[in-house]
Amino acid sequence: MRGPRGAARGTGPRPERADAARDPGLQPERTRLAWRRTTLACTVATVLAVRSALHEGLCAAGAVAGALCLACWLGFLLVAHRRITTLTAPRPRTLAPGVAAVAALCTAALALCGVAAVV
Amino acid sequence: MSNFVQSLRLWFSPARLRAEGDTPDYRFSLANERTFLAWLRTALALVGGGFAVDQFLPDLRWAARAGLALALLGAGVLCALRAGGRWARCELAMRRGEDLPVSRFPALLGLEVALVALAMAAVVLFGWER
Repeated sequence: MRGPRGAARGTGPRPERADAARDPGLQPERTRLAWRRTTLACTVATVLAVRSALHEGLCAAGAVAGALCLACWLGFLLVAHRRITTLTAPRPRTLAPGVAAVAALCTAALALCGVAAVV
Repeated sequence: MSNFVQSLRLWFSPARLRAEGDTPDYRFSLANERTFLAWLRTALALVGGGFAVDQFLPDLRWAARAGLALALLGAGVLCALRAGGRWARCELAMRRGEDLPVSRFPALLGLEVALVALAMAAVVLFGWER
């Protein structure tokens, strides 16, 4: 299973084992769990954001801000889910720049909705 | 400033990233991805902190409350945008075999969080409530 790309660069010799397809450092799994943690943090921030948008009663501006926050959360959830499914491969591909951009922009947009709710 | 322009160009033409240099060991890319996610969580924590200040300190004067909340939310926005740019620049440096980029952003962020914490302590100690 170990292709030529599997040769480690700069990290000492790796022990040979029968199931060499699995990374002994569990890097894909750790990255998957990092995505899950980040999704959880995004959920908490979204709950606070929606609560902030709606705490002065239901008005049109608050409803729009809350809906935008939920849209950001859904966007983040979507890219995180797609990335988590690709990370089940033993040698996952590099993160696509579009995925990184969507995740970062959803976070920034969530904060900007919050600015609108605070001011 | 050229770093900023460079990362902005990377954001808008992602194919450039794959065209540069050669693909590094997948474990280095995954480590870079986890660093990106850690910065994103930092940004989300700042954003959540901003919302918490706005909602759970209703006795503060409006100016103090809005100032603290906006400082935290603004730091969250910067942190999130920078997380993406930094990920792209680190990936590019690894593909080209260069040193990873250095930045003074962590120091500035630490300073800002310390200032917000001092402001909070002052609010609690001197009771700047309405």
